Amino acid sequence: MTRRFNLYHFASPATFYPLAGALIPWFAAASVLFGLAGLYLGMLVAPTDFQQGEGYRIIFIHVPASWMSMFIYLVMAFWAAIGLAFNTRLSGMMTQALAPTGALMAFLSLWTGALWGKPMWGTWWVWDARLTSELILLFLYIGYMALVAAIDDPRRADKAGGLLLLVGVVNVPIIYFSVKWWNTLHQGSSVNLTKSSMAETMLWGMLLMAMCFWMYAIAVAFARVRTIMLERERHTDWVKAILAGGEK
Amino acid sequence: MIYWNSFSDFLHMGGYGLYVWGSFGVTAAVMTIEPILVARNRKATLSRLKRQMRAEARNTAE
Repeated sequence: MTRRFNLYHFASPATFYPLAGALIPWFAAASVLFGLAGLYLGMLVAPTDFQQGEGYRIIFIHVPASWMSMFIYLVMAFWAAIGLAFNTRLSGMMTQALAPTGALMAFLSLWTGALWGKPMWGTWWVWDARLTSELILLFLYIGYMALVAAIDDPRRADKAGGLLLLVGVVNVPIIYFSVKWWNTLHQGSSVNLTKSSMAETMLWGMLLMAMCFWMYAIAVAFARVRTIMLERERHTDWVKAILAGGEK
Repeated sequence: MIYWNSFSDFLHMGGYGLYVWGSFGVTAAVMTIEPILVARNRKATLSRLKRQMRAEARNTAE
């Protein structure tokens, strides 16, 4: 008796490789479409903010980038836990594929935050809880990438990197709740499940941009994981078949 | 529907142009360059692995 849908089947690099390859164009197209819709609503239709004027429009990339920087880290920590518990090959490849994109999202969050903070607070940077914990997130991404790159044996690199990711995951709730736990210059969350402090077009613009960033991150991570798979599995038959087949 | 009266209003962003476009510009650059780097890395890796595979095949044939 075989189950028709078997998760272990897709967790094998040989099956995940072509699946990811087939999905990348769809995620890329979805990202572009969500991005165009989000930019149209956010930059062309949404009204001005009564407190912050047009400067508030930075929110349409600041919030999606910040969300993704935290979400990607959580996904990496999830894969790290799976990898440490079950010794799966795919886990380390996934975390390595996600890390650079997560780091870029953390960088964009800080960059757009600085450009938002200057006109609104009068300063590019303050050492408060929200900003500092997001900076630590960027350092965790960089630290993870440096650690993995420094260890030659991929399986040991995965283990060490996975441990770092699991220890660092404590930082994510600190970022998220920092605006509640401490006094901070940073404004509270603009969106929650029950009520939102934003006009409808602003909210939709932001959610569409968040979808754009999400689809972008999946497409880029899938593209990167395919290269990592070829590299790591180069001695297996399935990779040799792909190399012999003249894959571009 | 469209909020802006003119294109120059749009660029000016009510005086926040530098901050808004500085944010969107860098984000657009990052989201353009990262996929290009990933694609380049893929090409380089593929050709290196193919070369290695051919070299190994030659060595075992000898």
